[in-house]
Amino acid sequence: MSASPVYLDAATAAPMHPVARQALLAAFDDGWADPGKLYSQARRARQLLDAAREATALTLGVRADEVSFTPSGTTAAHGAVLGGLAGRRRVGSTLVHSAIEHSAVLHASERHVAAGGTATGVPVDRVGRLDVTAWSAAVRAPGVALAALITASHEVGTVQPVAEAAAVCAEAGVPLYVDAAQSVGRVPLPAGWSVLSASAHKWGGPPGVGVLAVRKGTRWESPWPADEREGGRTPGVVNLPAVVAAAASLRAAAADAAAEAARLAPLVDRIRARVAADVPDVEVVGDPVLRLPHLVTFSCLYVDGEALLHALDRRGFAVSSGSSCTSSTLRPSHVLEAMGVLSHGNVRVSLHRETTEADVERFLGELPGIVAELRADAGVVGL
Amino acid sequence: MPDEVIDCRGQRCPLPVIAAARRLPQLPVGTVVRVLADDPAAAVDLPAWCRMRGQEFLGSVKGPDGPAYDIRRRH
Repeated sequence: MSASPVYLDAATAAPMHPVARQALLAAFDDGWADPGKLYSQARRARQLLDAAREATALTLGVRADEVSFTPSGTTAAHGAVLGGLAGRRRVGSTLVHSAIEHSAVLHASERHVAAGGTATGVPVDRVGRLDVTAWSAAVRAPGVALAALITASHEVGTVQPVAEAAAVCAEAGVPLYVDAAQSVGRVPLPAGWSVLSASAHKWGGPPGVGVLAVRKGTRWESPWPADEREGGRTPGVVNLPAVVAAAASLRAAAADAAAEAARLAPLVDRIRARVAADVPDVEVVGDPVLRLPHLVTFSCLYVDGEALLHALDRRGFAVSSGSSCTSSTLRPSHVLEAMGVLSHGNVRVSLHRETTEADVERFLGELPGIVAELRADAGVVGL
Repeated sequence: MPDEVIDCRGQRCPLPVIAAARRLPQLPVGTVVRVLADDPAAAVDLPAWCRMRGQEFLGSVKGPDGPAYDIRRRH
């Protein structure tokens, strides 16, 4: 018999907010028509789409016409990178990015490099914080078209010095793209960016909705075949019911964000302290202070990450891992690699609005025994 | 040159680290061990293990036997 489930992987996908579910169901009735057409059903759909865009823009602190809805956060990230590079190809062909960007950003970068462009990765320190000196040198080099910095690490939670990085970009005249997937709907957004991407299922919206925001005056050019929808920034008809649900849940999440951060951050602190105290030979990674309120990562020496995930799953705990044995490519997380921290036996725990103190206590109560059992099975106790 | 070679080729993480952790304490302080490991995680985890355990990571070597990592017992 399996234990009652405790879902601790909100950084991958947060459970859908009740507001999202209500909005989704209502929009299925009301928002199925193509908002681009000239009849009453379409006008109703257009109203819903416009309202969703207004609400999202308000939360992001931008103008409505600067916001486009994409088919996923990944598509938004791809568009942000490739469009930002395309818009400034006369200036240069170099993308500067941190070493800890999301794989969607790195994959777009690889595409750019394969097409003849160049990319400069900027290192981070042991806690996963951007090396601002190296960033400054990279951004100031000739021929930089775009700079990309994640607002906070999706793997270890370290908040990045976006304001400092943005000031360097502004001085050099280089637009800054921020992947804000882990920040939107949870923490205040930094200032100084030109392009932003986010993903609805990270804040409690439905999967399959991304947000791409491009500030006025930014030289950004769509990398996709021409399409007039969504400001010409992403092709195809939007999944309107999902977009409506995404916008409704974002508004709800943003309204509760400060209170949720105040509730979850002490639970994350508790996990950091108790894991370090109760599990021998464990490395809790990421900045202990300058971090996201909902996410914590640690690595257990001599433990197989995949075995650990399966053992936790059997006890009802859903978590994520950056260990190579849990990835389809069998490579360790590039984020842990860039930080120079242990990559095996890695666990990422991420909390959400339904996570209770009791859930966290149960996890903390069971984890030491699970790790000890795996170490005993592997014959590595006392090494 | 290393004093001893541990062949962990074909072994997945965390086995190369475990092999190093088993063998190093059996050797005199100052001994240099070369770990042959083709799992990409070894490049991250062997230096991290050395840091956690206070042993010395001398560096990685690319030779005819594939990626290798040199470690010196410090205590």
